Amino acid sequence: MMLMRAYNLLLLFYPASFRHEYGGEMRALFVRRMRDAGGPIARAALWLSTIAEVLGNAFLVHVDLLRQDVHYTARMLKRAPGFAVTAVLIVALGIGATTAAFSVTDFVLLRPLPFPQAERLVKVWETAPGYGRVELSAGNYHDWKRASTVFESIGLYHLFAGNLVGASEPLRVEGASVSADLFPTLGVQPLLGRRFAESDDREGAPGTTMLSYRLWQTRFGGDPAIIGRQVMLDTESYVVIGVMAREFRFPTPDALLWVPLRLTAQAQTERNNNWMYSVGRLRAGVTLDAARAEMNLLAAQSKQQYPKENANVGAAVFRFSDEVSQQSRLLLVALCGAAGCVLLIACANLANLLLSRALGRRRELAVRTAMGAGRERMVRQLLTESLLLAAVGGTLGVIVATLGVPLLNRLVPTALPLSSAPTVDLRVLLFAMALTALTGIAFGLAPVLRVGGEADLGGLREGSRAGGGHKERLRSALVVAEIMASIVLLVSAGLLLRALWTVQARNPGFDAEGVLALQTPLPAETYGPVATREAFYSRVLAEVRALPGVANAAFVSYLPMGRMRGGIWPVGLDGRPIDVADRQVAFIRFVTPAYFATLRIPIKRGRDIEESDARDRQPVAVVSELFVKRYWPDQDAASVIGRHITFAFSDRVVVGVAGDVLMRGLEREPEPQVYLSSKQVADGAIIGYIPRAFVVRSSTPPEALVPSIRAIVRRVDPRLPISDVSTLSDVVDRDTASRAVQLRVLGAFAAIAFVLAGIGIHGLLSFSVSQRAQEIGVRIALGATSSDILSMVVRRSVLLALAGLVPGVALAYAAGRSMEALLAGVKPADAATMGASVTLVVVMMFLGSLLPTLRALRVDPLTAIRTE
Amino acid sequence: MLPAATFHILLALVEEDLHGYAIIQEVARRTDGELTLSAGTLYRSIQRMLEQGFLVETRERPAPEDDDERRRYYRITPLGIATAREETRRLAQLVRMARAKGLAPGKA
Repeated sequence: MMLMRAYNLLLLFYPASFRHEYGGEMRALFVRRMRDAGGPIARAALWLSTIAEVLGNAFLVHVDLLRQDVHYTARMLKRAPGFAVTAVLIVALGIGATTAAFSVTDFVLLRPLPFPQAERLVKVWETAPGYGRVELSAGNYHDWKRASTVFESIGLYHLFAGNLVGASEPLRVEGASVSADLFPTLGVQPLLGRRFAESDDREGAPGTTMLSYRLWQTRFGGDPAIIGRQVMLDTESYVVIGVMAREFRFPTPDALLWVPLRLTAQAQTERNNNWMYSVGRLRAGVTLDAARAEMNLLAAQSKQQYPKENANVGAAVFRFSDEVSQQSRLLLVALCGAAGCVLLIACANLANLLLSRALGRRRELAVRTAMGAGRERMVRQLLTESLLLAAVGGTLGVIVATLGVPLLNRLVPTALPLSSAPTVDLRVLLFAMALTALTGIAFGLAPVLRVGGEADLGGLREGSRAGGGHKERLRSALVVAEIMASIVLLVSAGLLLRALWTVQARNPGFDAEGVLALQTPLPAETYGPVATREAFYSRVLAEVRALPGVANAAFVSYLPMGRMRGGIWPVGLDGRPIDVADRQVAFIRFVTPAYFATLRIPIKRGRDIEESDARDRQPVAVVSELFVKRYWPDQDAASVIGRHITFAFSDRVVVGVAGDVLMRGLEREPEPQVYLSSKQVADGAIIGYIPRAFVVRSSTPPEALVPSIRAIVRRVDPRLPISDVSTLSDVVDRDTASRAVQLRVLGAFAAIAFVLAGIGIHGLLSFSVSQRAQEIGVRIALGATSSDILSMVVRRSVLLALAGLVPGVALAYAAGRSMEALLAGVKPADAATMGASVTLVVVMMFLGSLLPTLRALRVDPLTAIRTE
Repeated sequence: MLPAATFHILLALVEEDLHGYAIIQEVARRTDGELTLSAGTLYRSIQRMLEQGFLVETRERPAPEDDDERRRYYRITPLGIATAREETRRLAQLVRMARAKGLAPGKA
């Protein structure tokens, strides 16, 4: 008896239809064999062989069925190519959009950074009121490093840039200066040579550098004997001690080389000069919270120890992988949400297609059931069909995604040391496969539940004229869902478009049109003395201004909206000394004369910086309007001319008030700004702020000037490279580039959704008109007029539209609210956007129902009635 | 080429309609016990052969005296006979070829 039960269990491996058909006989056979087998040993042998035999054969029976189903499906689909192609394309669009969105999101947000045990890597920052996190000062860093217990190791780095001078053209190289413990903290090894050692960090040690794989390949031809070679960076000689692996891109993907971070004894103890970054590796088992708690404690201790310097200083610890800005994160989440909407619409469409097909095949299915094909066979058959369609569509979708992903590269933030661009890899493929299987099963089940369960004789009796009542309701619900999802997407895309327009319409405070911008990275060693710099400026400026078409030219420390968007120095008002605790700060920019004219920044009062503002004269400053408003709130622009400020090591007199410039980007508010004469500073006092950005306004296309400018600079200093050549308009455009890409992606998604939903509506109405052709025919025969028929069909589509639009608009509003941070002040309930989106959906409904309506009007009563 | 099990089942059914167990016995008898079809192989083959139209199930009970309600009887169809004949021809040709190479038993 036990044995029989075991055998029954074994039979469960067979498909139910097979078991049902042959189970009884197989059981009888098994009993007979057991009886015939003499002795327990023979029985045991029989039992074992039976197990093996059942497992093998059950598998083969499953394969047989699958093969049959696939053959059958392929035959059916060949007979309905329109259906097959539509279904495959719909799935391809849905899977393609979702896979592309996932591959970027996964790349940026989900997968670990390319370092061993990257989840233990954190960045440590200082905090300051009003700024959130700020760079570290060396003094605090060293105190905290010494006292902390949560880190296995921690290292320090700072961005580094220099000019690689050698046999060929000088090359601008960027990278980082790193402390010796940084690379061990990251857990990276060099490809060639060695890492930095403590001795490299010491002051006065010979210069050493490690090259990136890219620099080694492009500049040194991958020379295997590179270790030990001397290279010239600016005016100093460095020995190459190592080459890093190709995947190592730190701190940004453009990093080309690394040098030791050397701090003077004085710099080691500075607590108010915040310019460094640090990466720490938490000890195994230490949580982020524990690290934060300890760092807070250490910051509090520092505050007691240095009450003046550390008055407002706290400490913050973030996971390295969380460097992605909130905005980038939100943007990617929105992208995924949009892709999800597209997939949802695609799935609803697929389900609807399969449903109407299943309803159309009700008769066939009923016949098959009557002929003995069990429910299980029917379910298998329908699922095979939808899975087959999904598989073909999914494959096509992956191709779509592979082509689409490179377009999304702009959405990858540069704040992460990611080694490459996102691609469709194995992980993404697995995701796409899972998605495809889910799509196939979930939406193949809809018709199964609807039809498989009741493919009874009713199907035979009614003919194929089924689909009334609750089956229509399911189909309508799917179309309503499509309308909802597409309105959400349309509104989201519309809001982002409005946001982009709003941002682009903001006045940056300067006129970027017709301005060429480039960097002449003057090395601080050579160009530390002001006189050397001024000689360079005056020769270059004189020759460039003489070029045909050039209206004006000037040098400035940093371009607005360029790569360096900071540079805030403390300021003292009306002769008072600087007090850090006041938190009175302003942007600092050193300029040559005519900077304002070149960028067309308006001088509201007073005058520009002039040639006569030389070293031996009273230092002058031009301040921005906001500076006046914030720091002399009861004064107007005219009355501040002549007042004094303490700024950048000197007492300076305000000679002019300029318009505000959006230094940090179009989406940021202006902050107080001060412009100083490039001449009025001590030799070697400024390193980072030496005017190196060169701007030229021209009436001819600015790009055409590049060769002449290059030649002029080379004549003046042959060792000086020129880098970052672009028009200032491009610099401004780059500020909105990720927004524009995001809009394009979301817009594409919305367009796909729009088309799919239109197809869905068309499909539903066409089907229902063809199903009701007979009824329509009877009505016409009974004297219904064209307008009666028209209102019958149109009422349907209007009801569908309303059912989708009302909740759709509410959902769209909710979606808008959740991405408000991306909207640059555009309200989520923006009437124009809502109105335009609703209009589009109404147009889509109209187009979708046009053909079915015409068909309904053209029903010939005689033919329609005779078909039965 | 037919799977061996299929060919044996066709052969077993050429003379009379049989039920599953009888087919197994017939095949075993014919091959002197060398081939004993397992239940799984038998019914999987039968299912395929039904699908391919080589067999039909028959309602007639050829030997009512030892009949059992649960048993199903199978009858070979003209297509099944034609297929078996074709397979026989193919095998015969194969044997002829092997003989020509001097491989046939008793002739080496």
